[in-house]
Amino acid sequence: MSAVRAIDISVGMFILLGLVSALFLVVQTIDPSQVNAGETYVVEARFDHIGDLKIRAPVALAGVTIGRVAEITADPADYRAVVLLRIDSSFDNLPIDTDATIATAGLLGGKYVELTPGGDSEMLADQGEITFTQSAILLENLIGKYMLNSSPE
Amino acid sequence: MIATVRDCWQSFGQFAANFGGFQMFSFRLLPYLPKALLRPRLITEQLYAVGALSLVLTMFGGLFVGMVLALQSHSTLVEFSSIDSMGAFVSETMVRELGPVVTALLFAGRAGSAIASEVGLMRATNQIAAMELMAVDPMQRIVAPRVLAGVISMPLLTAIFSMMGIFGAYLVGTRLLGVDEGAFWSQINARVDMHQDVASGFLKSIIFGASASLMAVFEGYYCQPTPAGVSRAATRTVVITSVWILLLDFILTGLTLPKV
Repeated sequence: MSAVRAIDISVGMFILLGLVSALFLVVQTIDPSQVNAGETYVVEARFDHIGDLKIRAPVALAGVTIGRVAEITADPADYRAVVLLRIDSSFDNLPIDTDATIATAGLLGGKYVELTPGGDSEMLADQGEITFTQSAILLENLIGKYMLNSSPE
Repeated sequence: MIATVRDCWQSFGQFAANFGGFQMFSFRLLPYLPKALLRPRLITEQLYAVGALSLVLTMFGGLFVGMVLALQSHSTLVEFSSIDSMGAFVSETMVRELGPVVTALLFAGRAGSAIASEVGLMRATNQIAAMELMAVDPMQRIVAPRVLAGVISMPLLTAIFSMMGIFGAYLVGTRLLGVDEGAFWSQINARVDMHQDVASGFLKSIIFGASASLMAVFEGYYCQPTPAGVSRAATRTVVITSVWILLLDFILTGLTLPKV
């Protein structure tokens, strides 16, 4: 009887583990850095074009990751992309005229948001807005412009 | 010269006979499969032997394949400064290709050979003949539960293998090689597609599970009833299943490749 039970238990464990793994593969969104994140605050930035910026892309200050992109939506009122940036609270001294640029990691890497602090004495607050933004540089547009400009004179 | 040609022709004939016999065996088994579900206890026992006992091997295999993939892809990706794509690269490879194929190869080695030698020993010690005498259909009692257990456990083992692989790549990538943690997961999330990748890997693993367990049972069921015959059946199972799975994988990948 107990041998039969042991078999049942290990078969049950095996199937359970398999189903959990399948669930993990299907969801594939579990982000451990999101679960145990420290204190953060959220600021908003509006861009004309975000390229292929993705949710949870890094937000960097001088190249160091200090936050994540929390949400990306489009505003039907002004036709721009609204990007919510979740930033570590130890960097709560960013001036209000901080500039947000969508940059590319390497030539082919993913997009991220690079913050360049301005010189204002007033600081960005929680739910504040970054007014100076630069859209993603679309490589294909650049190539197009370059090809047009370099046509024979 | 003529003798060589005749030998070749004979061994080809033997191969064709074996192959045809395998097809007949598979078709003959079909009506037994639904009936086998009425005896869940037999299937549970086989699930234990085939699935639960293969668990440790599969998990180790997945973990280290993922870790190696992370190391290996890093050296190429770093040249294009796109190591952020490592997560997507590793999990696409694991979920689509390596997961089903390597799991099936491990399955053939671990469970397939065990099934073949067990059933072969039953044949060698006349247990199968004894069952027939007692009007117990060995196809029902021995073959069908083993095949069903293979079909059920292979997708589960594959999912475990792939998950362990992604976890291994995560450990090596983010802890040792400095890949950004958020980029690792967000690239996986963005690039790995539910239907194209996960579902096609799942389909593959079911087909591989069915073929691997069918071949193992077939080899054991029709082995020569001698000690050498049993050991030959176990060896042949591993060899034939491995070749067949690699060949089948090429066909299935071609069929399920995303249209670009």
